[in-house]
Amino acid sequence: MTARAARGIGLAGLLLAIALGLALGKPVLPLGLIRPPEWLVQPFADWINAAFYFLQNDLGLMALTRAFSGVVEWLLDVTANLLYGKSRWPNIGPIPWVVIAATAFMAGYALKGWRLAALSGGTFVWIALMGQWKWAMETLSVIVVATPFSVFLGLALGVLAWRSPRFERILNPILNVAQSLPHFAYMVPVVVFIGVGPKAGAIVTIIFSVPPMIRMTLLGLKKVPEEVIEAGKMAGTTRWQLLSRVRIPTARAEILIGVNQVIMQCLAMVVLASFIGMPGLGQKLLQLLQALKIGLSVEIGVTIVLLAITLDRLSKAWAFRLPEHGEPSAMWLRRNRLLVIWIGLCAVGFMLARFAPYFHEVERNQALSVAGPIDAAMDQLIRLIAPLTAWLRWFLITWVLIPMRDAYLWLPFTAVLTLLAALGWAVGGLRSALICVSYFALIALSGWWDRAMVTVYMVSISVLIAAAIGLPLGIWAARSPARAERTLLICDTAQTFPSFIYLIPVIMLFGVNDVAVVAAVVVFAAVPIVRYTIEGLCNVPSELVEAAEMSGATRRQTLWNVRLPMALPTMLVGANQSVMFSLFMVIIAAFIGTQDLGQEMQRALSSTDVGKGMVLGFAIAFMGLMTDHLITRWSEGRKRALGV
Amino acid sequence: MTETAISCRDVSKIFGPDPAGHLARLKADPNTSSVGYVQAVRDVNLDIRRGEMLVVMGLSGSGKSTLVRCLSRLIEITGGSVSIEGQDIASLSETELIDLRRRKMGMVFQSFGLLPHRTVLDNVAFPLEMRGQDRRARYARAREVLDLVGLEGREAYFPRELSGGQQQRVGIARSLAIEPDIWFLDEPFSALDPLIRREMQDEFLRLKGLLNKTIIFITHDFDEALRLADRIAIMKDGRIEQCDTPDQIVLHPATDYVAKFTAEIDRARVVRAGALVHSLIPAPEGEAFASNRTIRDLARCLVAERREVIPVADADGKVIGGMNRQEALDVLLGDEK
Ligand SMILES: Nc1ncnc2c1ncn2[C@@H]1O[C@H](COP(=O)(O)OP(=O)(O)OP(=O)(O)O)[C@@H](O)[C@H]1O
Ligand SMILES: [Mg+2]
Repeated sequence: MTARAARGIGLAGLLLAIALGLALGKPVLPLGLIRPPEWLVQPFADWINAAFYFLQNDLGLMALTRAFSGVVEWLLDVTANLLYGKSRWPNIGPIPWVVIAATAFMAGYALKGWRLAALSGGTFVWIALMGQWKWAMETLSVIVVATPFSVFLGLALGVLAWRSPRFERILNPILNVAQSLPHFAYMVPVVVFIGVGPKAGAIVTIIFSVPPMIRMTLLGLKKVPEEVIEAGKMAGTTRWQLLSRVRIPTARAEILIGVNQVIMQCLAMVVLASFIGMPGLGQKLLQLLQALKIGLSVEIGVTIVLLAITLDRLSKAWAFRLPEHGEPSAMWLRRNRLLVIWIGLCAVGFMLARFAPYFHEVERNQALSVAGPIDAAMDQLIRLIAPLTAWLRWFLITWVLIPMRDAYLWLPFTAVLTLLAALGWAVGGLRSALICVSYFALIALSGWWDRAMVTVYMVSISVLIAAAIGLPLGIWAARSPARAERTLLICDTAQTFPSFIYLIPVIMLFGVNDVAVVAAVVVFAAVPIVRYTIEGLCNVPSELVEAAEMSGATRRQTLWNVRLPMALPTMLVGANQSVMFSLFMVIIAAFIGTQDLGQEMQRALSSTDVGKGMVLGFAIAFMGLMTDHLITRWSEGRKRALGV
Repeated sequence: MTETAISCRDVSKIFGPDPAGHLARLKADPNTSSVGYVQAVRDVNLDIRRGEMLVVMGLSGSGKSTLVRCLSRLIEITGGSVSIEGQDIASLSETELIDLRRRKMGMVFQSFGLLPHRTVLDNVAFPLEMRGQDRRARYARAREVLDLVGLEGREAYFPRELSGGQQQRVGIARSLAIEPDIWFLDEPFSALDPLIRREMQDEFLRLKGLLNKTIIFITHDFDEALRLADRIAIMKDGRIEQCDTPDQIVLHPATDYVAKFTAEIDRARVVRAGALVHSLIPAPEGEAFASNRTIRDLARCLVAERREVIPVADADGKVIGGMNRQEALDVLLGDEK
C-alpha cells in the first residue's frame, strides 16, 4: 500500500514536472499546444441544437410541453387571482393582505409557537406596509404552484429509483450533472420551448427544484427500518398499501426535508427567473440594481430575505415536528382550537378589509418606505469609506485580479491538462487522473477555453479569499460551544438566501465591476467554509483532545496536531460546497459585467441559443463535477487514513 | 385434531452475494469456505402440530429470528421447503400470500416494528384495516386488546411517546387483535417487567388452550420456556440441535451443546414424575404420584416417603409404573451420576 502510494506520488510529481515544463517552455511550444487548435474544436452546440430541433418539431415534444404549460398557466392564473387579484377565474381575489398575514401567523404558531408566528406574520405585514404586496405575491404564486409539482415529480421519480436499482444507477449521474448545472442553463431550453414570462418562470422553477426531492425520497425510503416493513407485510398489506401506508409515512421526515429544499430552490430560481421575464420581486430587484437605486433595492432585498427565512423555518418546523398525542376525550372545539381561531381571524380580516380598504390593499402612495434614509445613510457611509474601497478596488484589480487573470490565460492548455492529471493522480491514481483530464478536455473541445479560464480564475481567487476569511473565522467560532452555535445559526440562515441577494451590498460598496463580482462570490462561498470548519472542529471526539491536553500540548499544538487533521474531511466537504457556490455565483454575477462563461450564457439566453447555452452550462457543470470528484476522493482518503 | 400446522424440510437460509450458488457448492463439498456468507439457518427439519406451543431457544445470532422469518416467508428461503397446513408457501402467489397472512398469521417483532406515524390505536387497528374491517369495528376491537395489555388511556399516544415495555405491549396487542391461527412471537416479552410478563404468559396460555392456536415462541428465558412450551427447540449456528419436550431435553440432551445449554437449570422444576417411570419395575401398592407433577412439586412427599419404589399414576388415576426414589432425589438435589 505504502509502496503503491509512493509510486502514485512519484508519477504525480513527474506529471507536475511535465506541466511545469510545458508552461515554462511556452515560447518554443507549437501553437497547437498552447490554444486548442481549430480542428480540435467540435461543434457541440450545433449537435445539441439539432437534437433539440428534432425533439421540438419531429417528436412532437412541443405539443406535450404546451399541454403541460397550459396546466401550469391555468394554476398560475388561479393563484394570481387569489393572491393579487389578476382578473382570471375564479375571480374572487385578491384575498386581503391581513387575511394572508393572519394565516401565516397561525401557521407559524401551529408549527412552532410564538416566535415563528411573529416571524411569519411579521414578514407579510412588512411586505404589505412597504407596498410590495403585488410583487411578492407574483413571486409567491409561482412557488405555490411549482412546489407541489416538484414534490410530486420528485416523489414519483424517487419511488421509481428506489424500486429499480437499474433506474437509480441511470438517474444518479443525471442528478449529479443536474445539480451542478448553473441556473441559467435551465432557462435556455425552457425559453425555447415555452417562451418568456411567468409560465416559463414557473416551469424552469419546477424543473430546477426536482433533484433534491428525488434524493431525499430515495434516502428516506431506504432508511425505513426493516421490522416496520415486515410488520406491514405480516398485516397483509398489498404492495401499494405497503408503499403508501407504511414506507412513505415512515420516511416522513426525510420527505419533508425534501419539500423544504424544494421550496428554497424554488425561491432561489424564481428570483433569478426575472431574467426570462418572470415578474415579481426578482424582476424589481434586477431593475433597481441596474438603475443603482440602492435604498429601494435594499427594501426588496429585505423582503426576499424575510420571505426566505420564513419559508425555510416554516417548512423545517413542519419536517421536524414529531407527532404528539392530543387529548382524546376533549370536545371538537378544544381539539381544533387553532383551526377555530384561524377561521375567526380570517373572518375579522375580511370584515376589516371591507370597511377599511387599507387592510385590503396598501396603495402605492400609502406605502411606507425606508429607502430615503437608507440612501442617505449609505451615501454617508460610502463617502466615509470611499477612500478605502477605492484603494481596495485599485489594489485588487491591478495587483491581484488582472495579473492572475493574465496568468491563467497565458497558461498553455496542455499545461493545465497535465497539471490536472498530476492532481488527479496524486489524489486517486489513474482513474481520477483520467476523470479530471476528460472533464477539462471536453471544455477545451467546446471552443470556450479562454472564457472558461476566466471563470476558473474568478472561482479560484474567490475561493482562496473565502478560505482565508472563513477558516480563521470558523476556528475562532469553534472555540466556545455557544459561539459555535450562534455562528452556525447565522450560516444556516445565510444559506437560505437566494444567491441574488448577495449582489446588493457589494454593488453598493464597489459599484459595477470585477471586484464587486469577486466580493459577492467571496461572501457567498465563505459561508460553507465557516460552517463546515465549525462542524468539523466541534465533532472531534473529546477523548482525543483530552489525550492531547494530558500529554501537555498547548492549545495551538492541539489545534494543529489533533483537531484540524481530524476535522479535515468535514472541512473538505465545506470546500467542495464553496467551489460549487462560487461557480453558480460567478455565473449569476455575470450581468454585472464579466468576460467569462457567464457573460456568454447571458447572451445565449437573450438570443435563445439552446446549443450554446447547454454547452456553456455543461462546461460549468464539468468544472464543478471535477472539483467534486477530486475533493471527495481526497476526503475519503483522509477519512480512511484516520480510521473514521 | 392433531394434524401438522407447519412443516419444514431441509430449510436453509444463507445471506450473501450468491446464496443459491453457495448452497449448491456446500452440498457438493461441505468443506467449501463460507467467507462472505452467513448460514443463518441450516437444514432445519421441523413439524409443528396444530395447537402446539414450540419454544425456540439459542444464543444470540443462532438464527432464531431468521428461522421464524422463513416460516412466515418474510424472507425467501435458500433451500428446502416450508408448508403451512399442507401447502408449500413458496408456491403461493403474492395475492395468496397476502390472503394467508391476513387470515392466518400474526407476529410480534423483537424490536416491535411499530409504525411511527400512527397512534397506538391506529397501530393496533392496522392489521384489521388491511382485512377491510370498518372503522367502528376495528377501533372497538383495538380498544379491547389495548385494555387487555394494560394500555387503556394511551390510545392517542404515538409510539415514540411510550417506554420500551409499553411499545412492546402495543406490538403484542396488534397481533392479539386479529387472533391468528399461527402466531410467531419473537422475544415478545423481553422488555416487560416480571409482573406483566407473567400476566401476558397466562393470557397466551389461555388463548392457546381456548382456541387451539399454534404458537412459535422465541425467548432467552428458560423459566418462560418451561412455563409455556410443549416442545423446546434449541438452535446453534443455524441448526436445530434438539427439539423435544422439556424433560427429555434436560434428562437426555442430544448433544454436548444442549447439555451445556441446560446445565444451569434446576432439573427438579422441569422433570415430571412420568419421565422417571420405569414400567419394568413392578408397581408397588399404596398412594401413587401424579405423572404430570414435577419433582419439585413432589419434594415434600419425596423426602417423607419411605418406599424405595413409588407408584406413578397417569391423569386417569391408572398406575403406569414405578419411580425410583433415589433417582428422584438425585434430580431434586442436582446430584448427577
Ligand atoms: N438481513 C441479513 N443480512 C445478513 N445477515 C443476516 C441478516 N439477518 C440476519 N443475519 C445473520 O444471521 C444470523 C442469525 O441472525 P438472527 O437474527 O436470526 O439471530 P437471533 O437468533 O434472532 O439472535 P438474537 O437472539 O440476538 O435475536 C446472524 O449471524 C446475523 O448476523
Ligand atoms: Mg432475534
